[in-house]
Amino acid sequence: MTKISVKVCVGTTCFVMGGSDLMELKDIIPARYKDKVELSGIPCLELCSKQGEFSQAPYVTVDDEIITQATVDKVLTAIDNKLGEQ
Amino acid sequence: MKNAGQAIHIKKEVLVRIIKAFLSDNFEEQARLIPFAIRPKGMEVPYRCCIYKERAIIKDRTIAGLGFQIEEDDETVSLSTYAKKALERKEIDDKNLTVLQAACKGCLTNRIYVTDLCQGCIARPCQTACKFGAITVINGKSIIDEEKCKKCQMCVKVCPYNAIVKITVPCEDSCPVGAIKKDETGFASIDYSKCINCGRCIASCPFGAVHEKSQIIDILKAIKSDKKVIAMIAPSIAGQFPGNIYQLKTAIIQAGFDDVYEVAQGADITATNEAKEFSERMKEVQAKNNEWIDAWVNEGGYAESEQEEKADEKQEEEKKTFMTTSCCAGYNQLVKKHLQDIKPYVSDTKTPLYYTAEIVKKEHPEAVTVFVSPCVAKRAEGFDNENVDYVMNYEELGALFVAKKIEIMSCDETKYVTESSKQARCFGYSGGVADSVKSALRDEKSVKPFVINGLNKESIRQLKQFAAKNECEDGCNLIEVMCCEGGCIGGNASLNNQKTAKKLIDTLASNSEDIPKI
Repeated sequence: MTKISVKVCVGTTCFVMGGSDLMELKDIIPARYKDKVELSGIPCLELCSKQGEFSQAPYVTVDDEIITQATVDKVLTAIDNKLGEQ
Repeated sequence: MKNAGQAIHIKKEVLVRIIKAFLSDNFEEQARLIPFAIRPKGMEVPYRCCIYKERAIIKDRTIAGLGFQIEEDDETVSLSTYAKKALERKEIDDKNLTVLQAACKGCLTNRIYVTDLCQGCIARPCQTACKFGAITVINGKSIIDEEKCKKCQMCVKVCPYNAIVKITVPCEDSCPVGAIKKDETGFASIDYSKCINCGRCIASCPFGAVHEKSQIIDILKAIKSDKKVIAMIAPSIAGQFPGNIYQLKTAIIQAGFDDVYEVAQGADITATNEAKEFSERMKEVQAKNNEWIDAWVNEGGYAESEQEEKADEKQEEEKKTFMTTSCCAGYNQLVKKHLQDIKPYVSDTKTPLYYTAEIVKKEHPEAVTVFVSPCVAKRAEGFDNENVDYVMNYEELGALFVAKKIEIMSCDETKYVTESSKQARCFGYSGGVADSVKSALRDEKSVKPFVINGLNKESIRQLKQFAAKNECEDGCNLIEVMCCEGGCIGGNASLNNQKTAKKLIDTLASNSEDIPKI
């Protein structure tokens, strides 16, 4: 089974637009999913730099799925769905 | 910052777009287009009846962002005109909050309501519980007489079917001083003579209907001019952005400011002065107590002449057994507008912002000063202080970074000319101010702190009692008052959750020097 890769954008735009709450994932994900999920913080996923796209920040990717206006719940749901498919 | 996330998100988006519009080559036209950029034609309507209402409400939010009262808008003036007026504006006014009334109409009035779940039971505990005779049963259903109901909620508690509910108006419920009310038209409005600018209504409204009136355009104009513009950042900022405060300084300079001062620098002065004042005040109390004992021993009891007794009583009145801190702008407004009785207990020491702004203006008399904080009440303090030209909050600074695409984590570190102490850097969270006063004193044990962590109806009542009795609880003698729960890190325009914010502040503090003893 391949690990699910969760990438959280920790750039200024994502942080300001609400990403600060996503820092909680650092505690939640390892505890809940152990080694099934690999979590990393990326300085910028380059998704906000397109004109207007800042409005959809904060961004998180779960494998190839892009989560816009990400919240802890949205990310966990996406992980659960992926795990369900496997 | 904790209300419906979406309401905050949209406020920030509006701010970013206003700044982008200002930075574009056609501010007025770009400002006019903001509602259309956020709700373009064909977009699915997310919240309201139609896209036109969505745009109308975003227009109102933009008006607040451009620095005008939404209540005064008659809907005929276009955003491009507002943008033009904002550019021409020379002065700001003292009203810091504005209500987007079109967004608050959906809220029902504050009352107790019997729902359809009422079974019309025989026991009728609601009727028995009501001390005001407000409940009658008509056609097998309890009915509440609005005239008689005192909203005590006894009926809500006793109904075995949970059929009676309290309908709340979140802004009204959150206001600790009853300054915001839905008026007869059904719209919320603020009584500025009562408002202490605590910002609770902003954070509590699920529609995001209460806005801070932004000074961002005035600040951007100052930056664009050839004037020197200096940012003074509140201690609580350390936990609010990615990176550390040295990278943040670089980022703020990249955003257009000429220099950055830590307001913790002024907090060091506040803590030192407050410690001096505290020990003076308590020395007086101690001296007074000793006098009593001496008199008792020497004169064999209380056999004093009537005149002496009167003089003593008068003196006794002046000896306050505790002191409260004075750095919180919300608390200072509360004292001024609602709690005059506690005024003699409030320290005469000035706020960290006061001292910092004084230093900055002394060193750079020609500069425009901008205070950066998470607080609405500091806007009022800034307005009253001639050394503070503008105030911006963390959301606005964040929006400026977003609009200018500044990545704080990739900024180099810039040092501050004056490094602040460990204790001063902790001024932004509950307990931090009392701790710094304590740390500045040689006899730390002489301080018995009592912490008011957030002003609400209950803690205001507590303060009133302390003042009336000239006595704090458990023999405490230093009351630290912070208007926001958690302290400034719980300010309405904070960007981070309190737990993480506090951790980040502590990391910075652990690498800072202790405050010198007086």
